[in-house]
Amino acid sequence: MTDTSISGAKALIACLRNEGVDTIFGYPGGVLLPLYDELYDSDIRHILVRHEQGAAHAADGYARATGKVGVCLATSGPGATNLVTGIANAYMDSVPIVAITGQVPTPMIGNDAFQEADITGITLPITKHNYLIKNINDLPWVVKEAFYIASTGRPGPVLIDLPKDITTEEFEFEYPKRVYLRGYHPDIAVDNDRVKRAASMIRESKRPVIYAGGGVIISNAASELLKLAETIMAPVTTTLLGIGAFPGTHQLALGMPGMHGTKYANYAIQESDLLITVGARFDDRVTGKIDAFAPHAKVIHIDIDPAEIGKNIRVDLPIIGNAGPVMQSLGSHLQGMQTRSQEWLAKIAAWKKEQPLQYNRSENVIKPQQVVQEFYDACPDAIIVTEVGQNQMWAAQYFKFESPRTFITSGGLGTMGYGFPAAMGAKVGCPDKTVIDIAGDGSFQMMSQELATVAKNDIKVIVAILNNGNLGMVRQWQQLFFDERYSYTNIADSVDFVKLAEAYGLIGIRVDEPSGISSAISEALAADRTVVIDFVVDPMENVFPMVPAGAAINEILDLEVAS
Amino acid sequence: MKHTLAVLVENKPGVLARVSGLFSRRGFNIESLAVGTTEDLTVSRMTIVVAGDDRVLAQVTSQLGKLIDVISISDLPPDESVDRGLALIKVAADTETRSEIMQIADIFRAKIIDVGAETLIVEVTGDQAKIVAITDMLDRFGIRELVRTGRIAMSRGTKMITGGNI
Ligand SMILES: Cc1ncc(C[n+]2csc(CCOP(=O)(O)OP(=O)(O)O)c2C)c(N)n1
Ligand SMILES: [Mg+2]
Repeated sequence: MTDTSISGAKALIACLRNEGVDTIFGYPGGVLLPLYDELYDSDIRHILVRHEQGAAHAADGYARATGKVGVCLATSGPGATNLVTGIANAYMDSVPIVAITGQVPTPMIGNDAFQEADITGITLPITKHNYLIKNINDLPWVVKEAFYIASTGRPGPVLIDLPKDITTEEFEFEYPKRVYLRGYHPDIAVDNDRVKRAASMIRESKRPVIYAGGGVIISNAASELLKLAETIMAPVTTTLLGIGAFPGTHQLALGMPGMHGTKYANYAIQESDLLITVGARFDDRVTGKIDAFAPHAKVIHIDIDPAEIGKNIRVDLPIIGNAGPVMQSLGSHLQGMQTRSQEWLAKIAAWKKEQPLQYNRSENVIKPQQVVQEFYDACPDAIIVTEVGQNQMWAAQYFKFESPRTFITSGGLGTMGYGFPAAMGAKVGCPDKTVIDIAGDGSFQMMSQELATVAKNDIKVIVAILNNGNLGMVRQWQQLFFDERYSYTNIADSVDFVKLAEAYGLIGIRVDEPSGISSAISEALAADRTVVIDFVVDPMENVFPMVPAGAAINEILDLEVAS
Repeated sequence: MKHTLAVLVENKPGVLARVSGLFSRRGFNIESLAVGTTEDLTVSRMTIVVAGDDRVLAQVTSQLGKLIDVISISDLPPDESVDRGLALIKVAADTETRSEIMQIADIFRAKIIDVGAETLIVEVTGDQAKIVAITDMLDRFGIRELVRTGRIAMSRGTKMITGGNI
């Protein structure tokens, strides 16, 4: 050992500094003692959560809000397994996070040692890649690779399992300058021939629709999308994860497609003769009955992940590549394109006018949609995070998102409990933004312990609970498809959310009539700490429009609106 | 349809689990899998036989391609490649049947590698059809035990699949 050698724990922190990590969401434990001892003096901000799942979701929210890699840290065994839901969530939505877990010392691995769990085995199907460090000399390049893999190509979570003895061993540390991975080549050149073919398909099309997904946001390609759409004057539908990729108030915006999408987005897809798909993956929540999806359309599919091509649907022209450069190239081939007949846009405009999103307003009882609309009126540039269920769909439908990374939601996995810790992470990453978690009463209770984290770390978010006393989305299906047999979905009066907030030293506000919504929002916006607003909403309100599971997306249920 | 894939992977612990886990998770059917090191010790080569149409093959290939430890994937069409497997077959044999079994082995250019009081072990190398054929022939004597390797395959002629050329 020479004078310049340092411990694995010190080296890990040096690696993280090198990667520009400013924040870690974590929770300590036995095998992490040496690492936490180093963190104590480090200038990396460590945010002590109250449950490791909260750390993983916070790292995820941080990553989605900032575009940087989020980092979470947990001890071996139960700490590591508590991360699993958060890692799976990040995997499904292609979010770049690096999860670091402590592990029992290398000589004890495989012996069912105290707090040992095979976390690399467990997370094999839910990580983009993972590592178990068995030799301290591997540590620097493993960390370098982990950040590179997490953030490039189709991003995703990478896990590093770090045995305790590696953190205390000393070695000669040097951080690698570059990574060399012969099996991983995320930079894909734009295929000009295919782009030209796409351009001619677009020129020939009479009824094009752009179907944009989360890939556009990941690729930071919102401006390229806007330009392309305006060049070819095609309407744009944005998936749940694509919301914010295209300005919601733009005349070409169709809103969300699929199960709870707008009628006009679904009709447009069904009548379209060309679907220009960018960074989206034909999820079953979007396509409904797959054989009846976009029956008249040729399909162009632009995606960075070749495995998405043809996975769910037959594609006429795949273009593998990064959404931004591909759309830019496509746009340049179409410059000055003859505007096609106005018929298609007129038809869409008529659908929009005649069949808008709608709900029955009320003077006496709060409609959850109205709460979302009033948030939009009060703070249109806030970052909106959601839980899962009806609350999520209303947030997606009734807030108008103008820019990317302002709508953060658990799409692929649909994880209840995601919203609040993700909001916390988003706020840490974007301290100057207003961050609001549009929550359900069920979901919020899955991660409400993080109220302690936001209180202790002065993280201000607004939790807007659309409190319907129910696992509302499940209750809605029971009402519509299971003869109103409400089996175990009533959770009314679980807890007094106002007192719960106050118990953590935070602010709680209850609103039980529509006239009180806007003042509660103003009060929450002005507050100096996290506020939980308990909006007591209509327990029987449903999310419409709705395409029943397995139906074609133009077979839509909608409510009767009282005129 | 069956496809034979030659997959070059990093010679690192856990790679086999990544590959086989991917197949089971995605519902792909592996008919045969063989793995071993190559001329380059940092690279292992897997020969994977999968059943499925072209669409399945495309999915298998692109999903495999996403594994960081997978270096390259090549489809080996049957008419442009050779494949071999090896089987050890323990057959019941007595003084009456022994010579007949040895004759059959001879015809298939198989070897007798163990002679016991009541059994013989036949070692046979060949493509799928040959191994099935000899197994069928020996069946009537009573096959006591059978073990087979996965198939390995290589393209004919000068075409090469090596870690270096990617
Ligand atoms: C962790 C988890 N468990 C179960 C579900 C299934 N699920 C989907 S929505 C929902 C109800 C959510 O209730 P709440 O948070 O109150 O939202 P609401 O639909 O009432 O707005 C349930 C149980 C899920 N998505 N995630
Ligand atoms: Mg609810």
